[in-house]
Amino acid sequence: MSRQKTNQLMIALITTIAIIVVIPVILVILFMFYNGLSALNWEFLTTAPYNGLRQGGIMPALLGTVYLTFATAIVSFPLAIAAAIYLAEYARDNRLTRAVRLAIVNLAGIPSIVYGLFGLGAFVLFMGFGTSIIAGALTLGILTLPVVISTAEEAILAVPQEFRTVSLSLGATRWQTIRYQVLPQALPGIITGIILGLGRAAGETAPILFTVAAVYLPELPKSIFDQSMALPYHLYVIATQVPGMPLSVQYGTALVLLLLVLSLTLVATIIRTNIRRHRQW
Amino acid sequence: MEQTAPFIGSRPAAEQRHWGEWIIEKLIQVAGLSTIVIIGLIFFFLLREGLPAFFEVPLRTLLGGRWYPIENLFGLWPLLVGSLLVTAGAILIAVPLGLITAIYMGEIAPRWQREILKPLIEMLAGIPSIVLGFLGWVVLAPLIQQAGASTGLTAFTGSIILAYMSLPTIISSSEDALSAVPTEYRDGALAIGATQWQTIWRVVVPAARSGIVIAIMLGIGRAIGETMAVLMVTGNAANVPALGLGMFFQPVRTMTATIAAEMGEVANGSVHYHTLFAIGILLFVITFAINSLAGRLVGTQGKRRRSSQL
Repeated sequence: MSRQKTNQLMIALITTIAIIVVIPVILVILFMFYNGLSALNWEFLTTAPYNGLRQGGIMPALLGTVYLTFATAIVSFPLAIAAAIYLAEYARDNRLTRAVRLAIVNLAGIPSIVYGLFGLGAFVLFMGFGTSIIAGALTLGILTLPVVISTAEEAILAVPQEFRTVSLSLGATRWQTIRYQVLPQALPGIITGIILGLGRAAGETAPILFTVAAVYLPELPKSIFDQSMALPYHLYVIATQVPGMPLSVQYGTALVLLLLVLSLTLVATIIRTNIRRHRQW
Repeated sequence: MEQTAPFIGSRPAAEQRHWGEWIIEKLIQVAGLSTIVIIGLIFFFLLREGLPAFFEVPLRTLLGGRWYPIENLFGLWPLLVGSLLVTAGAILIAVPLGLITAIYMGEIAPRWQREILKPLIEMLAGIPSIVLGFLGWVVLAPLIQQAGASTGLTAFTGSIILAYMSLPTIISSSEDALSAVPTEYRDGALAIGATQWQTIWRVVVPAARSGIVIAIMLGIGRAIGETMAVLMVTGNAANVPALGLGMFFQPVRTMTATIAAEMGEVANGSVHYHTLFAIGILLFVITFAINSLAGRLVGTQGKRRRSSQL
């Protein structure tokens, strides 16, 4: 076989495999829509489950996940953005900075169930919060740190050096330069990071197993020290723990979770594409 | 990392800044350093709850092959084997597919295709593991059973789901590795008459070798720590399967799934509780080693990962 023939054959093979890899992503999403859409209606989203979770809707689980995600945001983002500013603007290239970067890489790699154990040991038991929204939000907040820090840092680093130089040459202080020149320019990128973090927090199950999640609660949580239902855990429970659970409800629940998380990812992607397209520098 | 000192020359107006700014800058510094403190705290709390297990359970039992908490048998071996088996299967599937997809996206696909593929991969990364686990449970497991396995809930089922979940990690790091190869290498190869395939296979991929190793390591780290999907589809039987190809088609129980399934039912402070935390220590140490090594390799390459993303 000639070189050219081999070339054509291999390129065709690579193309085919790449398509085979990507197609299932589309198929999975279409499949979820196809099976889950029939269960979705207003009542499903706004009523509580009853009859051993088999009937009714997912309202407490959905709201629980929304609460939890917001609480996570409050815990995580001030810290993450400050850390990103530190890495991008203040940190020198020394041992300490390398240690911080290593810590972030490792935080990103810790299994989510280990975060769950940490949350149980540190927040639920040691700090005495019990199984509660605050314990879960602290756990998820730490889990989302690496995503938000690295995205925000990239956004800050992408602001051209000239912006800083000009601002400083006009007599602004370092913090004024960061506050009024760098951060506004980096804001869309930082928001992308925040939304990616939210998406991650909303979809996680393992870290909330022992820190927040309840199988069934007749009432909505009243404060951050209460337990809560959560959508990912609810899906786990109805799929594996409830005999005779109607499949359509399972698919419907999975679809709502998928839509919630994917819409966040989609918004992040759109913002990011827009930044790339409209960047004037 | 070269860009960490962005301010040129002396700091103007440094004398005038009031202490409000000084406080803000200190807080920012504390936030940066807090990441190190946090990872230390995570390890500390795992040790605090998990170390007693090593005193309460005889070492012979811990290293043994029987995990029967009811009979006070806490052998970690079957769980470790389960995790390694599922991870190995996932990596065997995901690395070739991920590398080839990265090659396609980086070297062959025209720009418009890349702009479709990239969001799709990001979308895959965004699908919650519980949703993929659910699909494995209701769709994939029955299919595998129909194909002739005695049960659909096997190590192989877990490997397929895990392979898909680790693909985004492997693809994006392989892509970084490929894009770090200088264009001159490709131009040079093409100029002396190599075909595109020869250029990719003999020049670009070998030049990106160390980056690809990093991609594989990060993929392993991702796969070994995955919990919910594995819990749902691997059958959770704590036995050490006999060596051979058949071991992939038996139910196994991983370390992560064991923690997830049993922690809810144990009494705080019991031996069982401590042992589950000890498994957490094991997982922490394994992933910490993998990621530190990968992080070090990235560092020696002198390249900031994913810096091309924004």
